[in-house]
Amino acid sequence: MPDLAPLWLSLALAGVTTVVLLILGTPLAWWLAHTSSRIRPVIEAVTALPLVLPPTVLGFYFLIILGPGTTIGNFWVQVTGDALTFSFSGLVVASVVYSLPFMVQPLQSAFESMGRAPLEAAATLRASPLDAFFSVAVPLSRHGFVTAAVLTFAHTIGEFGVVLMVGGNIPGKTRVISIAIYEHVETLNYAAAHWLSAVLLVFAFTVLFLVYALKRRLAIRVG
Amino acid sequence: MTKLTSRLCCLLCVLSQNVNAEEALIAVATNFFNSAKQIESSFERSTQHQVTLVSGSTGKLYAQIRHGAPFDAFLAADQERPRLLEGSPFGVGNSRFTFAIGQLALASARPEHIKADAQESLRQRPNGPFAVANPALAPYGAASREALQSLQQWSALEGDIVLGESVGQTFAMVATGNVQFGIVALSQAMNPVHSNAVSYVRISTLLHESIRQDAVLLSHGKDNLAAREFLKFLRAEVTQALLLDSGYGVE
Amino acid sequence: MSASNGKKLTIQSRIDYADFSLDIDNELQLKGVTGLFGPSGGGKSTLLRVIAGLNQNAGGQVSFAETDWQKESLFVPAHKRQVGYVFQDARLFEHLSVAGNLRFALDRSGPGEKNNSFDDVVDALDLHSLLNRGVAELSGGERQRVAIARTILSQPELLLLDEPLAALDADRKREIYPTIAALPDRFGVPIIFVSHAVDEMAQLTESVVVLEAGRIVAEASTEKILSRDSLHGSTQAFEAMSVLDVTVVEQLESLHLVRVDHRGQSLTIPSHAGVQNGAALRLLVRAGDVVLATEKPQGLSVRNILSGTIIDIDLNPDSAFAVVSVDVDGTVINAQITNQAVQALNLQSGKNVYVLLKTASFDRPGA
Repeated sequence: MPDLAPLWLSLALAGVTTVVLLILGTPLAWWLAHTSSRIRPVIEAVTALPLVLPPTVLGFYFLIILGPGTTIGNFWVQVTGDALTFSFSGLVVASVVYSLPFMVQPLQSAFESMGRAPLEAAATLRASPLDAFFSVAVPLSRHGFVTAAVLTFAHTIGEFGVVLMVGGNIPGKTRVISIAIYEHVETLNYAAAHWLSAVLLVFAFTVLFLVYALKRRLAIRVG
Repeated sequence: MTKLTSRLCCLLCVLSQNVNAEEALIAVATNFFNSAKQIESSFERSTQHQVTLVSGSTGKLYAQIRHGAPFDAFLAADQERPRLLEGSPFGVGNSRFTFAIGQLALASARPEHIKADAQESLRQRPNGPFAVANPALAPYGAASREALQSLQQWSALEGDIVLGESVGQTFAMVATGNVQFGIVALSQAMNPVHSNAVSYVRISTLLHESIRQDAVLLSHGKDNLAAREFLKFLRAEVTQALLLDSGYGVE
Repeated sequence: MSASNGKKLTIQSRIDYADFSLDIDNELQLKGVTGLFGPSGGGKSTLLRVIAGLNQNAGGQVSFAETDWQKESLFVPAHKRQVGYVFQDARLFEHLSVAGNLRFALDRSGPGEKNNSFDDVVDALDLHSLLNRGVAELSGGERQRVAIARTILSQPELLLLDEPLAALDADRKREIYPTIAALPDRFGVPIIFVSHAVDEMAQLTESVVVLEAGRIVAEASTEKILSRDSLHGSTQAFEAMSVLDVTVVEQLESLHLVRVDHRGQSLTIPSHAGVQNGAALRLLVRAGDVVLATEKPQGLSVRNILSGTIIDIDLNPDSAFAVVSVDVDGTVINAQITNQAVQALNLQSGKNVYVLLKTASFDRPGA
């Protein structure tokens, strides 16, 4: 039975990326939803860029910006002892940028449709802004959170071009499932390619199906 | 006391057995990957060293090495990239050599298209797309174009040429029948897994410049014993026999 | 509560929007329910938001009962002001049940004994049967009651109600009036009640502040404000009216009427469900519905005939009408009659007249 390590690696990458983006993306989405600052369209455009740039291009420039010879890369080596590129951490950094719009846009949408009204009501009931965020905003926009997390997770599982450039295809570290399948095709191991693709398809479908079914149940149950 | 000393000695023995055993990360051009894997198992059987192989296209691997990829050695599909690395801080001087010579085959998913020799097959080829690896990207592609030019067939094929991004992609186009005819690596055509799917005929090496595939030790691996030994192992007799069996030529 | 002079609210605020500006520099004494009245778009909601701290641009000063909420560079954020706000759209939290909404407020109302306890408030707003319901299942009136209860549970020092009854029909309004009117005494909190509906003002408030085009133009007891014809020009549906406080005396079931007493004089009005003998009612009398007679009339269909003395005649030579104010046992009733009639009947201050009120004029919503 062919090696399943790439699958676990992909899941780990998608999981870590989703968590990191939840932490980083939520404040950004919140700001975008509520600000009237002039630079908002600039930030929105920048956030959406990963949607437009070809992944291999993104990957190539990550190679240039994050390599061990650069400022950021060198800093990383000093702190951790390892290069950022061609490591799992490097993939996380690249994936966070690559999947950023998939986290921010649904969240921003959910926050905007919630509007300020519930937050004002919470304030008049003595809830501080942070309290109001966790006790009112998050529950009211939970659909947005679920959508954002699912899209980010799924998008990262399917990531290929970026990882191809900046990952180095190192087994156990950066050889994610998309790269492994590609390699099987390139080295003419079609049987292994079919098998791994089927595993990925079944797994991804199951996860997505469970999430959407759960979402429906959450919607029917009233508050 | 004696018991302790003997235990310590035992420990030392065990350790010393492995003190020469190292690990190496070796980048291999994808078209050579299957053969490399076979060489790797026989290498690990005969030494204590551990080798991890990483596959990729020669161009991408080269770019990655130049940007700090942690590879110890590089087995390319051409000579150019190893030559550039050898002369740069990323490669070790004088460590470059040709480990295999690539050969071409004319292949088709339909046995009836393959005649006694390549020339005949091309003369009688059916209409439709003809797949070749992109000469700009793949050394095998450049050689394919040369061979077709030598056979005076290149311009005749001009409108029908479909470019594969790599020999691997080219082979996929042929093997799946999406394209009636194509030029692939002989080592691919000879792959036992696909013997039923693909029929082929050799293309004479006289028709094109040799596809010399060079290996080079990288500076990341300059003190890596496993990497050095592996490169040496590429020139061992057992390896050469394997390569000849697989559709490569040797020095 | 009724013995004191109420709490002082100082507001000095100037905000300029594109199409209107708010310019307030007033001190209001808040006692019981104070109405904030004015036409739509006049700035009432904006003023409430400034008091609550929901509007950051306000500048100026907002102080309540010796506490500064806003002064020069000081700005106490909304969640730190002890102000309760009931929004026009209730704004209940949809992810919580009714009880959950109430607990949300109670949990954040600070440590120590609560003046307004959970049971007390549920009782006052009659929410027992609603506690476990989801917010989406509630009717408009139920939502407002929950919203009011929730706000009271946050133990506010001042309660702002922003047109809370706007979405209710006449019957629902009538049901909820007594509850709201009783809130200041029951929970010791003064209320500012915003509305552009005259009947709500009349039924609920003791004093009224009138806000027009962003400025406070009047501030007086409810009776005085309602009787001022001078406001007619600016508030379109507004005409001088009078308020009669009466007590229900007798049920005339077969006639579907009730008899009420006003300081010794009797009136009959249409009966409404649930009005018991002994109940206190407030009747609105529109000046245009009042007929005056210098002799006690015979053979007229009008059943309500009160006697009183003219105390003022306000002639308006530029229109057909004058307003005649008649003292009926200490209450002033305003009658809108033609200048021609004033002359023909030779009406003057001090003259005794009869005031005729059609029973039908009490059959309108909010009457």
